[in-house]
Amino acid sequence: MQIMVNGTATEVQGETLASVLGELGYGDAKIATAVNGDFVPAAARDVPLAPGDRVEIVAPRQGG
Amino acid sequence: MRLYDTDIASRLMLGTAQYPSPAVLAEAFRRSGAGIATVSVRREAGGAQAGAAFWDLVRDLGVKILPNTAGCHSVREAVTTAQMARELFDTAWIKLEVIGHADTLQPDPFGLVEAADILVRDGFEVFPYTTEDAVLADRLLSAGCRVLMPWGAPIGTGLGLTNIYALRTLRAQFPDVPMIVDAGMGLPSHAAMAMEMGFDAVLLNTAVARAGDPAAMAEGFARAVEAGRLAFGADPMQPRDMAAPSTPVIGKAFLE
Repeated sequence: MQIMVNGTATEVQGETLASVLGELGYGDAKIATAVNGDFVPAAARDVPLAPGDRVEIVAPRQGG
Repeated sequence: MRLYDTDIASRLMLGTAQYPSPAVLAEAFRRSGAGIATVSVRREAGGAQAGAAFWDLVRDLGVKILPNTAGCHSVREAVTTAQMARELFDTAWIKLEVIGHADTLQPDPFGLVEAADILVRDGFEVFPYTTEDAVLADRLLSAGCRVLMPWGAPIGTGLGLTNIYALRTLRAQFPDVPMIVDAGMGLPSHAAMAMEMGFDAVLLNTAVARAGDPAAMAEGFARAVEAGRLAFGADPMQPRDMAAPSTPVIGKAFLE
């Protein structure tokens, strides 16, 4: 199915957030996630995704 | 100083953005003695390790981490960003930014109060980036914020304290609330002034990161913060219009 990953349309095979993260190379990266604007805790990433879902994947960055 | 039941030795807080290199960032922190570093969360590409590399650098600084919600213009964005930051950095601290205007980056006071209320009830320890408005401050305190971070000037301007009167009023109205002047500082003298006025700490980023010698500027700010705090506690003299000789008049030789 096609979903949005960090603003980019992306074709994925996985059906859950966890499987898609693995598929896209995030593996054990230090990241946090949101789906359709809502935070998804690391412990809850087995949540199923639907076509068109907007997934945001963020990591620590410089800030002021 | 004490912020949300945490004792912090230094009254200087530093951002981590815009430094010429990670090494310069680390040196600036070392020279400044800052005990708190602000950080953000941003999109990470699959397979990229930028986040991990930065996290290693920040962890090695040995300081308390204050994640922000920079760039968030809505309550929902800010709340979701705060939740992601809490998990990433394993801290309940959040520098809450809800930006109301793209040019001035000034806080949206209405969104700020709403987001603060949601986050406090969710267990966050909120550091709201706010204007110097005393009524807004009262609302933020009512929402459960136990620290306030009024701006000195708009982010990145280096203008210093642009509304001394309002800042002085704010400090006087809430004498027991830890207050950190956040944003707009350009020179150590600006930080010294904030500390002389009785503010508890200052938070800055660009003034150090964009200086020609960030580490030297960081030390300059650290000394200014200490000087200003010493002056605040030392009961400064009151200015006056008429001159008053500092050298005793009595006993002056008569040489006409």
